[in-house]
Amino acid sequence: MAADSNPTAITDAKKRYRAGVLKYAQMGYWDGNYVPKDTDLLAVFRVTPQEGVDPIEAAAAVAGESSTATWTVVWTDRLTACDAYRAKAYKVDPVPGTPGQYFCWIAYDLELFEEGSIANLTASIIGNVFSFKPLKACRLEDMRFPVAYVKTFRGPPTGIVVERERLDKFGRPLLGATVKPKLGLSGKNYGRVVYEALKGGLDFTKDDENINSQSFMHWRDRFLYGMEAVNRAMAATGEVKGHYLNITAGTMEEMYARAEFARDLGSVVIMVDLVIGWTAIQSISNWARQNDMILHMHRAGHGTYTRQKNHGVSFRVIAKWLRLAGVDHLHAGTAVGKLEGDPLTVQGYYNVCREAHNEVDLPRGLFFEQDWAGLRKVMPVASGGIHAGQMHQLLDLFGDDVVLQFGGGTIGHPMGIHAGATANRVALEAMVLARNEGRDIAKEGPEILRDAARWCRPLAAALETWGDVTFQYTSTDTSDFVPTAIAS
Amino acid sequence: MRVTQGAFSFLPDLTDEQIARQVAYCLDKGWAVSVEFTDDIHPRNTYWEMWGQPMFDLRDPAGVMVEIRACRDANPNAYIRVNGFDSSRFWEAVRHSFIVQRPKYEPGFALERTKGKGRTTHYQIRPYATERPEGERYTNGKR
Repeated sequence: MAADSNPTAITDAKKRYRAGVLKYAQMGYWDGNYVPKDTDLLAVFRVTPQEGVDPIEAAAAVAGESSTATWTVVWTDRLTACDAYRAKAYKVDPVPGTPGQYFCWIAYDLELFEEGSIANLTASIIGNVFSFKPLKACRLEDMRFPVAYVKTFRGPPTGIVVERERLDKFGRPLLGATVKPKLGLSGKNYGRVVYEALKGGLDFTKDDENINSQSFMHWRDRFLYGMEAVNRAMAATGEVKGHYLNITAGTMEEMYARAEFARDLGSVVIMVDLVIGWTAIQSISNWARQNDMILHMHRAGHGTYTRQKNHGVSFRVIAKWLRLAGVDHLHAGTAVGKLEGDPLTVQGYYNVCREAHNEVDLPRGLFFEQDWAGLRKVMPVASGGIHAGQMHQLLDLFGDDVVLQFGGGTIGHPMGIHAGATANRVALEAMVLARNEGRDIAKEGPEILRDAARWCRPLAAALETWGDVTFQYTSTDTSDFVPTAIAS
Repeated sequence: MRVTQGAFSFLPDLTDEQIARQVAYCLDKGWAVSVEFTDDIHPRNTYWEMWGQPMFDLRDPAGVMVEIRACRDANPNAYIRVNGFDSSRFWEAVRHSFIVQRPKYEPGFALERTKGKGRTTHYQIRPYATERPEGERYTNGKR
């Protein structure tokens, strides 16, 4: 190996800061002996270097470009304690079963980041490395945040524990449905769907991601009719009910106006789309905290960067950022429904949302231990192509602390929306009862549903309509650490 | 109408055998079981009357069933619920709750609307039963 391609850092200051171009590793962004500090932020990237690019140099380049480096030596480094500001690539492992890809482990000093700002964090970590020419592709797989950093964030305004206390609902998953069709209903017609679904047995109904304030239904009409429906359903059942009022709008000022109207009408929950951006999310989270509001996050748009395994950002990282930023509900996948999601990988997202402490769990995609330092828990939401006939699978995969959302599976019921909601609620309660009695619901689930359908006609009709509907496609995003992993 | 608070209100009323199995589930999880009753079924009525304290040290479902029956005998017209309380770190909250007795006749709730600014409406929900004083509800006029 020629002297100028040696991957060790050049320590002679005169040589190190001579004008010109050096390898990133030589500039000090690779240190195979580095032992990460408890106070470091850690990241693991899946890197696909271009032909002929050494994986260690690729890792050093990612570390460099996500911290202090530029393409050439600059003498102004010497005005700083520059070694402290350099991220350190400290480990490179080939991805099991996938030639040409490497897991690159990088440590960042805590001082590199502003407190309480996901915008600052993401500008650093995913700011420009993903366009870097020497890499064919790059994916941020996971991150570890030190407790000192976690404590600079306020986290979910409500959290699972307080949400359940506020709603007075314990011991079972919550049920929801997204109003369909997504577009075109007038306010009055829209509220009808909300009323029927909530009265029939659901806890929540939901605006879809793209229902904002279009010509067929201005937002105030939706809020007014929606809250009429929510309150009618509360009076009809004696339960607390909610409708996620989507306040997503073109400006922060308009979002605050919509949030305030939702609050003044007595809504327990508001909703935003992920596409509003990190700063808007943190701002509306503060608002929700000050106004006793549950904040529902619809992860609209995430599939553009989370789905492909070789390039982008894993959803487990997005989930971690959102728990820090402070949302109460987060769509995290169904595993069995119509949208992307391998069961173990999806369980990994749920653990990020719900656990006080994550252990390393490679089959579920968790590369790091993470102490959440008491940050409240996010309620995951399973939504998209699920129906009552899958209740045993959903309860078995995700447990009690989840919102199961059956949109088509409620509104498309042959006996109507009210019956669709009742079918889902009866299926859920029957399954929870059976599980608690010690029955093996993964095996006996279909029998438990059939037994309940004997006295519940709406459930029988739901099972007749959808009982055998499944979405059997191979997932693109799977763990590399189980025997069934597919090459990407 | 049927008030559908609690985990199992969409199922037929649980038998005592079924209730005992749910209690056993809570005890297996290490949760403390408690019994509460009320005649104010408003969904925001958080504080039902406690039938004694949560039974932190009672690990036998049969003992809990004795308390449930005693509570029923003393409050034959009330709503009664059984809770499982989890005192472990980062929960410290109720984890399970279901109704084990309800009045024979549930009159339901009035929804009152007050007109606000513009088209805004403010809503109040009121259980019809709470028109009568505490202790005299759901009793058919008898005390």
